[in-house]
Amino acid sequence: MKRFPFTAWDAGRRAMPLLSRLKGRGLIIGVPWFWLGLFFLLPFLFVLKISLAEPALAQPPYTDLIEVIGDGLVSISLNFGNYVLLWDDPLYRGALFGSIQIAAVSTLVCLLLGYPMAYAIARAPSHWRLPLLMLVILPFWTSFLIRVYAWIGILKGNGLLNNFLLWTGLIDQPLEILHTPLAVYIGIVYSYLPFVVLPLYATLIRLDLTLLEAAADLGCRPWKQFLLITLPLSLPGVIAGGMLVFIPVVGEFVIPDLLGGPDTLMIGKLMWTEFFSNKDWPLASSLAAVLLVVLIVPFVALRHFEQKAGEEQP
Amino acid sequence: MKRRFPLLLTFLVFGYAFLYGPILSLIVYSFNESRLVTVWAGFSTKWYGELLQNDQLLGAAWLSVKIAASTATGAVILGTLAAMALVRFRRFRGRGSLQVMVTAPLVMPEVIIGLSLLLLFVAMQETIGWPSGRGQTTITIAHMTFAMAYVTVIVQSRLAHMDQSLEEAALDLGARPVKVFFTITLPLIAPALMAGWLLAFTLSLDDLVVASFVSGPGATTLPMVVYSSVRLGVSPEINALATIIVLCVSVAVLIAGILLYRQEKRAQREQNMLNATQAADVAERAQASR
Amino acid sequence: MPNPRIFKPEEPWQAPEGEPIIRIENVSKRFGDFYAVDDVSLHIHAGEFFSLLGPSGCGKTTLLRMLAGFEIPTEGRIFIDGQDMTAVAPYERSVNMMFQSYALFPHMNVADNIAFGLKQEGMPKAERETRVAEMLSLVQIEKLASRKPHQLSGGQRQRVALARALAKHPKILLLDEPLGALDKKLREQTQFELVNIQERLGITFIVVTHDQEEAMTMSSRIALMRDGRVEQVDPPRRLYEYPASRYAADFIGSVNLLEGFVLSQEDNRVLVRSEEAGIDLEVIHSHPLIAGTPVTLAVRPEKVRLQNAESSLPNRLRGVIKEIAYLGDVSIYHVELPTGKRIQFTQSNIQALAEQPLTWDEEVELGWPANSCGVLEQ
Repeated sequence: MKRFPFTAWDAGRRAMPLLSRLKGRGLIIGVPWFWLGLFFLLPFLFVLKISLAEPALAQPPYTDLIEVIGDGLVSISLNFGNYVLLWDDPLYRGALFGSIQIAAVSTLVCLLLGYPMAYAIARAPSHWRLPLLMLVILPFWTSFLIRVYAWIGILKGNGLLNNFLLWTGLIDQPLEILHTPLAVYIGIVYSYLPFVVLPLYATLIRLDLTLLEAAADLGCRPWKQFLLITLPLSLPGVIAGGMLVFIPVVGEFVIPDLLGGPDTLMIGKLMWTEFFSNKDWPLASSLAAVLLVVLIVPFVALRHFEQKAGEEQP
Repeated sequence: MKRRFPLLLTFLVFGYAFLYGPILSLIVYSFNESRLVTVWAGFSTKWYGELLQNDQLLGAAWLSVKIAASTATGAVILGTLAAMALVRFRRFRGRGSLQVMVTAPLVMPEVIIGLSLLLLFVAMQETIGWPSGRGQTTITIAHMTFAMAYVTVIVQSRLAHMDQSLEEAALDLGARPVKVFFTITLPLIAPALMAGWLLAFTLSLDDLVVASFVSGPGATTLPMVVYSSVRLGVSPEINALATIIVLCVSVAVLIAGILLYRQEKRAQREQNMLNATQAADVAERAQASR
Repeated sequence: MPNPRIFKPEEPWQAPEGEPIIRIENVSKRFGDFYAVDDVSLHIHAGEFFSLLGPSGCGKTTLLRMLAGFEIPTEGRIFIDGQDMTAVAPYERSVNMMFQSYALFPHMNVADNIAFGLKQEGMPKAERETRVAEMLSLVQIEKLASRKPHQLSGGQRQRVALARALAKHPKILLLDEPLGALDKKLREQTQFELVNIQERLGITFIVVTHDQEEAMTMSSRIALMRDGRVEQVDPPRRLYEYPASRYAADFIGSVNLLEGFVLSQEDNRVLVRSEEAGIDLEVIHSHPLIAGTPVTLAVRPEKVRLQNAESSLPNRLRGVIKEIAYLGDVSIYHVELPTGKRIQFTQSNIQALAEQPLTWDEEVELGWPANSCGVLEQ
């Protein structure tokens, strides 16, 4: 094939979408990349580094990994003791598995509560949808701390719930809910419910209703329509919503701290204690590193399903 | 469909009661005369008065607002750039890593973000001497980092839904790329930027964990003050503060909601009108061609 | 019914000394491994109404976008008015484009949309207003100047888009499926308006379309494209009457294709033996052909006629009517030859409700003049 001798190198370089040639291109990509690289990615390396150090009475309170001990000699001391401790000590292991368990259960409860809500909003008359959705988002915009705090007043021994139950005569002794795992579950489900409703709503509203009509036409009853059509098609939303709850909840601090008791072990709370009370930065760092590794799998799942949901968007 | 609706309605009512009950209880008890939250001792606004005299709390609130405003502005700029990069430039080196880095902060536990940034700031101070201390600057940087992720998501979806031939048309008519951005792109994504700014503002205003890690001795934000007071138990002053926050946010969200609702209504009316004119247009032309 | 355009005697592409306003030289555009445009060369002359016609994915839009400057050719060059514009940015070209989606700026009213390009070149306000008014009246939407795009009907938007693209008085106007979003009635009407505007302003129009009727109605010349390549460039009438390939013959209108090989050629009278037809066919073809060359004969259905007592057309074929399609103005008949090959022919329905002269399973004798048949060598 005869081709005009317009050099391939030149052409290859120019054969980019129009906007790519703009002078600002480097800046548009570079600035956010540099920012996130510096303030999001790089810090993780420091977490890894400090997790291998030993605590010290110094400012900052940890030893250097690399020390110059004169005559050009360099001593590198890596301390894997923290990781060994995390595995051996039932306290830390318990906190890790406890966090995962609490996160998993509350994710499930969030989905069970959020799915019908999202479904109801998506099937509501169109002029109702926006106000209903706004009502779900509204609490999300008010202070998280204050919303968790509200539950203290409700759940405590002489709080609103107990007073109400005593008044109705259902119980004759106050229930002990605050500072128990139940209170933590309530707090988590309450705080994270909007995170499942929104993605679920987004997938349900995109669902082509003629698919259900087609299923009905082919002899499918409403309940089966839901099981065979609606549910499978909303699966990306279910997974995205579930991960949006699960991942941050594993590392949650505020809720177990305010609503949980001393026996509610969660890794985020433990990290806080090690850092602020015990001033053991290396141990806190190794906890963070372990948490990070644990969360990679659900994070990859989230990315995968978000991309999938994005591709299926018409 | 109809038969199942009562069930769905029950779920909705229950769901909203669950979401709003606790907030309502806070508001009601902020007007309680008694310091004891459990006993209703009559209507009073005295806790609001005390709130206004709490200098520590007011100072923290002012600091938080300052941090939130600069965070929101910075996050909108960074988030818009990231969204432009991801939507407009299909292929570039580092695209995948940028995509991951803007998604990760959305779900990353705050304790990790807080601790890792603190370690970075400490290391930077040791090696290059900046930031010289920790406080307002470090909190703002930390907040911008996670808030920009939210802004990116919002702006990204707006940009992706924008007809790209609008920008091409402007280029074709002789506008240079920078001008195209300011005359075409920016006005069209302005609502998304506004929403992003507000979200970043509230996220920053609300943050306890990250701020606690990266803050220094001099800088105590509002959530930090609230937290230390809340740990001691329920206090009517905090109830009053909560009521004010809820009120402000509700009014803002309500206004935004009404604006959105009206816009949708107007769009609908215009669509109806459009359909009518189109029908008339066709009829008219059919007549003319006869 | 749209008529083929009447040609002016001075057809610019015929004049050898005329410098074309656009020279596309061996242009290719590759996306990854895929050649969207593959080694295309075209010369387009000033004042032409030039169409790029082809099915979707044939590369016509990519070619147009390269003329506008939105894509840079992977190989080859584009000259506009003698200048190499291959890699010049769109905002530095004296070329304007009307987009398929119209791309009207939703936050500006009609007048501001039209004035946008003029503002970019820094035209003074007074002059700008005159120009906008001129454009509004050109496309007859004076009353809509202060409307926003979402308050307009589809036809009105199309006019605004045209006015905006013409406002800068470009030397060349590129139109991407300009009528694609309009309904059929409006489209037929607008075709003529576009041609009138083009003739009045004398601007070179380059139109991308997938609609052959649209291309036939409006164009001075058509480039028929397929898989990134140009199959044939000709005025509509030539393209229809003398298609250069089976693809061209098939794409525009319907056609009967008969395979065969050349038996003999005397002057320009060629005898072709066709097994499909079952007889030897006679055609007029000036290009010299060697005996034995395989050829395909292309006969348009309206050229095929019924033989009767008076007429003695060559190419006599007997067959049986198998299908009849009544289309109102014409009827299409499918005739099966003894060889199994089917031949289509059309007849005008001159009289309303007249007794249909032909019916199913009737035996007919067909024929066509020797000069009404195209010869495709491949």
